[in-house]
Order: sequence, then C-alpha cells, then structure tokens
Amino acid sequence: MGRKILFITTDQQRFDTIGVNGGVYSRTPVVDKLANDGIRYTRAQPASVVCMPSRSSMLTGQFPTRHGAWMNGVPLRVDAPSVAAALHDEGYKTSIIGKAHFEPFLDVFGRFTENSLSSLGVPTVEQPWYDGRRGVHRGFDHLEMATHGAAGMLHYARWISQNHPEMLGAFYQVLDGDLNVNALGGGDTDAPQVKHNPIPKEWYHTDWVADRTIAWLDSLEADADWFCWMSFPDPHHPWDPPQSELGRVNWRDVDLPAGYEPDREKRETLLDQKARHWRMWYDGELVSNYEAPAKWVPATLTADQIREVNALNAIEIELIDEAIGRVLKTIEARGWDDDVDIIFTTDHGEFQGDFGLLFKGPYHVDSLMRLPLIWRPAPSSGVTPAVVDAPVSLVSLAATFMSVAGAAQPEWAEAPALPVSNEDAAARKFDATVTEWDSALFGVDVHVRSVVTDQWLFTRYGEGYAHDGTEGELYSLGDDPLQRVNRFADPSLAAVREELQARLDTHEARPGVGENDGVLVAPV
Amino acid sequence: MATVRYERRIKASPDTVWNLVRDPRSIPEWFPGITSCDVEGKVRTIHLANGISMPEEIIISDDLLRRFAYRVTSPLYRSHLGTIDVIEIGPKDSLCIYSTTAEPDVLALVIGGGSAGALDEIQRLAEEQEGK
Repeated sequence: MGRKILFITTDQQRFDTIGVNGGVYSRTPVVDKLANDGIRYTRAQPASVVCMPSRSSMLTGQFPTRHGAWMNGVPLRVDAPSVAAALHDEGYKTSIIGKAHFEPFLDVFGRFTENSLSSLGVPTVEQPWYDGRRGVHRGFDHLEMATHGAAGMLHYARWISQNHPEMLGAFYQVLDGDLNVNALGGGDTDAPQVKHNPIPKEWYHTDWVADRTIAWLDSLEADADWFCWMSFPDPHHPWDPPQSELGRVNWRDVDLPAGYEPDREKRETLLDQKARHWRMWYDGELVSNYEAPAKWVPATLTADQIREVNALNAIEIELIDEAIGRVLKTIEARGWDDDVDIIFTTDHGEFQGDFGLLFKGPYHVDSLMRLPLIWRPAPSSGVTPAVVDAPVSLVSLAATFMSVAGAAQPEWAEAPALPVSNEDAAARKFDATVTEWDSALFGVDVHVRSVVTDQWLFTRYGEGYAHDGTEGELYSLGDDPLQRVNRFADPSLAAVREELQARLDTHEARPGVGENDGVLVAPV
Repeated sequence: MATVRYERRIKASPDTVWNLVRDPRSIPEWFPGITSCDVEGKVRTIHLANGISMPEEIIISDDLLRRFAYRVTSPLYRSHLGTIDVIEIGPKDSLCIYSTTAEPDVLALVIGGGSAGALDEIQRLAEEQEGK
C-alpha cells in the first residue's frame, strides 16, 4: 500500500485570498492548517492564465505549446499524456470530481466525452470507453463533472435538473443571448456576473463536489491506493454563492484592493504604461478574449462593485474551505490520513479590481499569475514543513504526483517534481517559470510569453492584432510588487532584459513545441 | 452573423466523397456527436450524444453540383446555413468544403468546430473505401 493523493483545485483564485497568504476576508482554517503542516509555495505560477490550457498542463506535465490545448476552446487531444493514466498504471484508483475542462464546454453536439458522459449516468469502468487498463477517460476510472451553474449537460446540471428543477434558474446566467459571457449586472451594486442565488447551500456545486468526492472515497477498499482530483468550480465568476451565506462577509466592510488605484487619472496612467491592449480593453475598444464579457467596459467598474465582487469571492472561498474540511474528515474516518498527500492549488488568478479590471485575459501580472499552492505531504513520509519562495510552475504537478507514487518523472513531463524546501529548490535550480498565452478569436490574435524569476517579471508580446512584436513589460518584483511601473524601456536594465529574453528563447526552442497544436472548435 | 469554413483535400474520387454525404440519413456515420437521425421529407431531426435532439431543414442535395445544404431550425439559432461542397480536383483527388454561417456568431464557431471533425471522418471513410 502506497501514498494516496488528494489533489484539490479551485478555479480562478488569487494567491492572497487564503488566510495563510495574507487573505483577510475568507476564513480558511482548513487550507491554512494544510499549509502549516506542509509546504507553502509563495511564487507558484500557471502555464496559462485561462482554464483549459492551465488544467491541461496540470494533467500532462507539459506547457500548452507542447500539449497543444493552446487556448480555451481547443480540446486537449485524447491521446495526450495524462498523469491520471500513469497513476492508473501504477495501480491507483483514479477519479476527477467537479470541473475538468480539458474539452470545450460549448459543445452543442455533445461530441466531447466530458459533455456526453452524464447522459449515461455516473461513468464506471464497466462502460464502453473502458479499454481494460486506463480508466473511462484520460486515465480516470470515475468522472463526475460540474461547472459554474446548473446549465449545460454535466453531472451537476443533470442532478439539479432531476432533483431540484425549481433551482434551474437560480444561478446567474453565464452566457447572454449571443452566447457571449454575460455582462448583466446584479447584486446590490449591479456588478457584472453577480447574482443573489436562492439555492440552498447544500445543493450548491461546492457542497455537491465534496459530497460526490466523499461518496467515491467511501466506495474504495481500505487498502486501495487512490488519486482523487477534487475540482471546485468556484470562486470563478459568476459570483452567485447561496444567498443564505451572504452574511459571512458584508461587502460594505471590504476595503479596496491595494492593486486598485482609486484616482481615475492615475489609474489610466498606470494602464498606459503597459502594452496597448490593456488600455484598449479598459476603454471598451477591444475585448481580446472570450473569457471577459463582450459588452462590459471595465472603465465603468465602480469601487462598490469591486467591494461586492470581492466579498462574494471571499464567501465562495470560505464555502470551499468548509467543504474540504468535510472531505478530510472522511479521510480521517477511513484511517487514511497518515498516508494521504494533499495538494491544493488553482488554475489561474483573477483581477478582482486590480488596475480597475475584473476577470482575466492576456495580462501577465500577479493578479492572474501568482497562485496559492500548498502541498501537505503524507505525514508518514516525514517531510518537514517549509515555505518555498523559489518560482515553481504547476507544470511540475504531474511529476510531483508520480514522485508521491514512488515513480520516476515520466519522459513526457516537462518539469520536475516540486521542491520541498528552498535548499532543495536551489540545489535543483528552480529559478524561473514561464507562462504562455496564445489566442485567436474572430480575427483578434494575441501572443504573450512571460518569465518570472525571484526578482523580475518579464513579458514579451508576439506580433498580433494589437501588437507589432516589439512590446514588452518588465517589473521588479521586489521594488514594485503591484507591477505598476513598467521598466521595459529602461536603458539601465538592458542586461536584465537580455538575460530574461534568452530564457524565453530557450523555452520556445524546446523539442516538440507546436507539434501537437489543436484546432479551435469553440470559444470555451 | 459569422461564417466558419473548413476544407479537406481527400485522396478519393469526388463521387466517392459525395456518396458519403448526399444522403441526409448518413450524417450519424460521419458527424461526431450525432448518434442517430430521423428524416421525414425535408425535415431531419438529429439526435446527439448528450441526449438532445435538434430539427433541421434540408434545403438541397444536388447530385450535379455535388452540394448539400441545410438549416438548423432549433430556436437556439437565430439563423443557420450549412453547406457541404465536393469539388473534383482529379480522378482520385477531391476538395470537400464544409461551411457554416450562423447567428449568434459564437454558434458558427461551435458548429464549425464540429464540421472540422466531420471532415476528418469523411476523409477517413472515403480514403478507406477507395483503398479497398
């Protein structure tokens, strides 16, 4: 019997939203304890700041330029590497419960397995996809899917439809009549993607994900080795937690974030220092990506709307923390706690008002790129609790899971297992991470590469709709933690730029780059 | 309104390719996600892997032009026109073009994405047939 793995992800959660990372509005005692008992990473970075490429990188241990799901709406190829499949080969029972999103959600034909599974009930290895070795799909034996509401064809939506049909209209309607991300306002401040949701807490998707995880864990033999990816759809927009929970955080008591400049003129001056698509989006001249509401103009965002969004975000994070606590109690009750590794992270961040913006897009700053990452190794492994400040990438997760299982780094994994201390990080040269962005939607293409070291955040823009290939951003993380002063053109930093550009060039010259690029078949 | 167009060069005669797509009842054989269909006159109802059914109107299946055209008439679409054209390049060389025009624009991308998968299947089936 080996170490078991509980992999917990949230969706679109910033580094500074949990207590142990300085968050003040969400009470997160469960995740904080995992951090205090384990390893807390202070500079963890995604391979992409949108869902599908980032999640695919966690599963494959590869950057988007290698696994090929280069933007939302490009499906990860079915034969892509999968750490779930590799763990399955090591004898693990494998499951994913909650939000997967390796395949497009907007799939009217139901041609992607994630979307068609729920019509067959809860999939099991007895069903037709099972090939006798690698689980139902992508190496997972068991899949139960959910996303940000009750619309669509995933398991949670079907469960609501069958058991609580009166709640089908309770959630915020994520897409508008044109099937674009909805700009409709709600709540007390008319903030976009906000709604007071009458659904009881027990029926909300956060509790559903925990309930289904507990049910799966309870189905396992006591001596089974298992890998469970428990994937909460929150705190991704829409911000529509159960209204019974709104008293947890009063938005009127929420301070504006440090990254928000309240003076409009100063705020716009900050934006003007950055590559031009920042200001174009802010002014409503260009929505470069599908993930932000097409009809929403960030310049209209008010201070109170930011407060309300951030309060609802904090409530959703608190609900997740409590749901995790319930799952951990089950693990304890099964007598497994000493042998379970628990990893907590998210796929990317959220502006939450920084620079006067919400949501996400091709904007590589800490709001979107600095993520919570916590690894509580199995107590039986004897790993010493630590804080790791070296830059690490979520691309390392696949090799980390394999190391927990006692297996070597797979040849397809592009990054080694996470370091367990700063000394380990220094010895294994964890000194920089890269985040990629490529998108091309209705004639607007954006290409971005960023490298983060312990001192610098360096971004280059490739030639595209709004860029001629000469633009960039350079921020000193020590002097300018909010990334307000773009020093890309500072002549005194020419050597720094050259060194960081060389790192990006090396990244782009990796073997296999572009060989598996998929086709865009949906916007998300 | 937006249009998304995909095309495939297929190593098979245009008649072989056209015979695959000309019959409205054949769509489950080559369009991923469509598990079955019913055809009554000009109305085709497709049944999808996710359990949903969608009505369509067949506009034309023209053996001379080798053109198939149809509309999805589901209320989800404000408008839709799908066309499949098979063009002769040589005796065993065809160009198959699958075009989708739809409103809302996003649906053109989504259906177009499906049609890219359909072209993969049409190519595979046609080249397999001629390989025999």
